[in-house]
Amino acid sequence: MATAVRRLKPGRAVLLLLSLIYFVLPIYASLQFSLENVQGGFTWSAIRAIPSQPGLAGSVWLSTRIGIVTMIILMLLVVPTVIYVHLRLPGMKRTMEIITLLPIVIPPIVLILGVLDATPLGLKASPYLLSLVYVVLALPFVYRSLAAGLDALDLRTLEEAAKSLGSGALRTIRFVILPNLRSSLLSAVVLSLALVLGEFTMASLDLWQTLPVWIVNFSGSDPHISTAVAMLSLLGTWALLALVVFLDRSHSRRLRKGLVQ
Amino acid sequence: MTDALREGTGVHLDGLVCRFGMTTALDGFSLDVAPGEFVALLGPSGCGKTTALRTLAGFETPAEGRVYVGGVDITSTAAQKRDMGMVFQSYSLFPNMSAIDNVAFGLQLRRVNGTDRKRRAGELLELVGLSSHATKYPHQLSGGQQQRVALARAIAIEPQVLLLDEPLSALDAKVRAELRDEIRFLQRRLNITTLFVTHDQEEALSMADRVCVMSNGKAEQIAAPATLYSRPSTAFVAEFVGVTSRIKASRSGEQVVVFDKSIKIRDDAGISSVNDVDVLLRPEDISVTASSTGLGIVTHTSFRGADTRLEVGVGGDTVRVDISSSISTQFPVGERVNLEVTAKDVLVSARR
Repeated sequence: MATAVRRLKPGRAVLLLLSLIYFVLPIYASLQFSLENVQGGFTWSAIRAIPSQPGLAGSVWLSTRIGIVTMIILMLLVVPTVIYVHLRLPGMKRTMEIITLLPIVIPPIVLILGVLDATPLGLKASPYLLSLVYVVLALPFVYRSLAAGLDALDLRTLEEAAKSLGSGALRTIRFVILPNLRSSLLSAVVLSLALVLGEFTMASLDLWQTLPVWIVNFSGSDPHISTAVAMLSLLGTWALLALVVFLDRSHSRRLRKGLVQ
Repeated sequence: MTDALREGTGVHLDGLVCRFGMTTALDGFSLDVAPGEFVALLGPSGCGKTTALRTLAGFETPAEGRVYVGGVDITSTAAQKRDMGMVFQSYSLFPNMSAIDNVAFGLQLRRVNGTDRKRRAGELLELVGLSSHATKYPHQLSGGQQQRVALARAIAIEPQVLLLDEPLSALDAKVRAELRDEIRFLQRRLNITTLFVTHDQEEALSMADRVCVMSNGKAEQIAAPATLYSRPSTAFVAEFVGVTSRIKASRSGEQVVVFDKSIKIRDDAGISSVNDVDVLLRPEDISVTASSTGLGIVTHTSFRGADTRLEVGVGGDTVRVDISSSISTQFPVGERVNLEVTAKDVLVSARR
């Protein structure tokens, strides 16, 4: 039997250490900065001051609303589309992949300026215009995640099996396809939510004070507090990720034990 | 419900034509299946057997021809309204549902209430011998178990017709043999009209009431297994089902001369004007005797248990003959032998 703990080879250890430093150092620096007073000593004052900062609660609420609306549009739009393409137009898969990659290729600033130029005035006054743009921005992540989930299924056979048992398209999607896309859906939601909660360029150009915009604006007046907020939002995103991983794991554990009906 | 002998439903496929781009998968295919009958569609890959099954299931729409089930034209009925239980070649269980939920799915769609549903699904799992695996998920079941659940799921909806699309071909030999018997047993017990697609002749011959041999989108011959084997109606059937040797021969009228002996021609399949023909012979149609002046030379022997198969070279043709293994030492490679056709008539085909 192999030993449970494998010894780390020196080369790998160095590589691991370097990448840890690369990722952890900036976070550590920010954390330290947000817990530091003017003399360089330790203080909670920046953290404690967060709740009373003007405009912060509003920006968090705005970001949350935009995020939720974005999620809803994404799910309603992308999920049926991906399923439809995989089920009925498998020849289009490549084309769809390329199309959904475009938002990564086109710089956000180009995208938002174009959108702002083309948007009718009524819609421009609404923060949910950002949701519409974020849908486009999140498309690559959501599409890829769902496509990978669908590719892992023998979709055609499952659909035909369901059909032979008397299931129409909608019930097949509801009872057979969606439950099997659970993990992909969860990761699509988290990836795009993290994206939306951290997006700065477009929100700032559209003149909405979302959380990232607030952090940048506020850093001029009190960099300690704005860094502390940035740290908290990072922790929030991690908590969200951890929750998804936990939900997914506990679900598959219950699946294995046969507790889920 | 599972024990009641039901009436069974007849199936009538009439002149089906099905094309995919340039290829014609079905080219005027017709087939009648009697209520409760088990018919196997047998043929090489690409012969259209799966397309025929899928057309009956409603997954393909024929360009021409009609599909009748129980006397009703269902050619344009949607697949989900056809009431056909189907078992697929690839494992088709819903990964998100346990074995019993898979079986109950069709009943759930038919709005059978929860308790009845569980009870009937449980009965069916028992029928396929998987009661103890009811709460397991597909990934926890072996291939053979998965196909058993798939069978139970297909039967659960009490389908008019049961469609089996090479359900055994992904399984290993031992499981395949077991499941073959079980499918046949269940089919007889429930009296479900069944269409079974396979490329394995042994499967088709051992399971089916009748076998339909297909080639190029058409039915070559539809007959009981024994008839198919002993009286193949075309050269294709003769060569696809069982072992056949082709021997060059010349005909004279109703007779053909094989190994210096004249034999009656059974069916010349419209080549009566041709004199240079091939005679098609089964190993058991030929007897062999050692003779120093014989026409043939043993070129190869292979031990097959009770029988030994000899390959004998005769004038450029290879003839396969089965002899009892107990006398096989009399026919070593290189031995001169005499061959004689013991069949009372033979099938001829255009010379290849």
